[in-house]
Amino acid sequence: MKTATIRMKVNGDWRRAEVRSGDTLLEALRGRLGVHSPKEGCGRGDCGACTVLLDGRAVRSCLVLAVEADGREVTTVEGVGGGKMHAVQEECIARNVFQCGFCAPGMILAAAALLAKNPAPTAKEVREALAGNLCRCTGYEPIVEAVLAAAKRMGGGRDEATKDAKFAKGKKGGGKK
Amino acid sequence: MSIACEFDYVKPTSWKAALEALGKEGAWALAGGSDLIAWLRDGAVQPEVVVDLKGLPGWSGIEKDGSALRLAGGTTFAEVLENEAVKKAAPVLWEAAGMVASVGVRNRATVAGNVCSAVPCCDAGPALLVHGAVMEVRTKSGKKEIPIEQWFKGPRKTALPKGAIVAGIRLPAGGGKQGGAFAKLKRYRGEDLAQASVAARVDGRGNWRIALGSVGPVPYLAERTAAVLKGCKAPDEKLLAKAAEVAEEEARPITDIRASETYRRLMVGVMVKRAAALAAKRLAGEGPEYGLNCMEEEAE
Repeated sequence: MKTATIRMKVNGDWRRAEVRSGDTLLEALRGRLGVHSPKEGCGRGDCGACTVLLDGRAVRSCLVLAVEADGREVTTVEGVGGGKMHAVQEECIARNVFQCGFCAPGMILAAAALLAKNPAPTAKEVREALAGNLCRCTGYEPIVEAVLAAAKRMGGGRDEATKDAKFAKGKKGGGKK
Repeated sequence: MSIACEFDYVKPTSWKAALEALGKEGAWALAGGSDLIAWLRDGAVQPEVVVDLKGLPGWSGIEKDGSALRLAGGTTFAEVLENEAVKKAAPVLWEAAGMVASVGVRNRATVAGNVCSAVPCCDAGPALLVHGAVMEVRTKSGKKEIPIEQWFKGPRKTALPKGAIVAGIRLPAGGGKQGGAFAKLKRYRGEDLAQASVAARVDGRGNWRIALGSVGPVPYLAERTAAVLKGCKAPDEKLLAKAAEVAEEEARPITDIRASETYRRLMVGVMVKRAAALAAKRLAGEGPEYGLNCMEEEAE
């Protein structure tokens, strides 16, 4: 089989795509299905810009063959909030944490996957979960802060976690809604 | 940046079919894909057929096997990290798993795949060495077991026979107390390949195992270093310094893009000292919990 028709549930909808066996999931999403939020940065699993959720787990879509995703569920940033904005997205926007935005979809998905598994992460755990997502603009701290605030707003976060995020001092932790 | 070569993709659902497919010329096995797909993109491998192993029966899962623990061939680093039994039985592997690349890679990359790729800097290699793991291999003619000590044959070369599959990895539980530590030297915190790595394990009778990674063509047991510490459950500064000195001699690093030969050699000494000290502390029920960057944080 050098080409195949695959079916994937992308952000809740079953989609069909014709792919080459050498196409990556990233290429199938962007090139065949018009889902452009996952970005190609390094193309070899180092930068995290292509992160998507595959059956709920954050993976590098540049390191997944499209054919491997046949029959599986793929979530991109468009679907991570299930029809509305995810708390991580809202906190990122409220704090204006991104500059160029290239890393944003991957960063948000990595954070959402963390919070789904660990609703009350420490700042260290957030940093570790995002360590594989490179951002060349921000220095990361506002992003870590936004994720901690999102955790708090979602009901899991902890006060000391927000406190031990460097630079978080003196700012309001969000979560007022 | 696409994968240029054309290949067939098959996903067998029986061991027989998988072994048959892998027996053919130009067949490559696909587990987590984190090495293979990067190599495909680089054009470093050009398979006729890629055989996805994820449809095999019994491909995933971690279970007790008598007094040992068995990781099925498809066990990912993420699954290792989520498993308390591994943390207890093979804490050095558990600690090393947390330092493999990033969450997004650990969710797919497998422990078996890491040691089958067998690059000198593989994180699982030194950890499996100190735990005395046994590789369960399936071939067309049956099953065989290969001790991890006999696994690595050279950079990207292993004792895995052509066309065979690693069906599982057995970790002897060993019984009794143990303490261990994994040290990985990286250019920065977060994800990186190791510039050097040291795994250390000591049991309740003071038997040590020290393994080195990234400082030779393959990960290997530093037996002379372990011999220095033998019988001592709580080595003092002097003994640790002696072990470090021997480890520096026992390391066989090269200079490459990630570090120089001298830097690696000297750091192996430092890392052996710290890893052995931490392993001894943990054996005594002290010291930080197994986890990330313990040594850096202690040193800070």
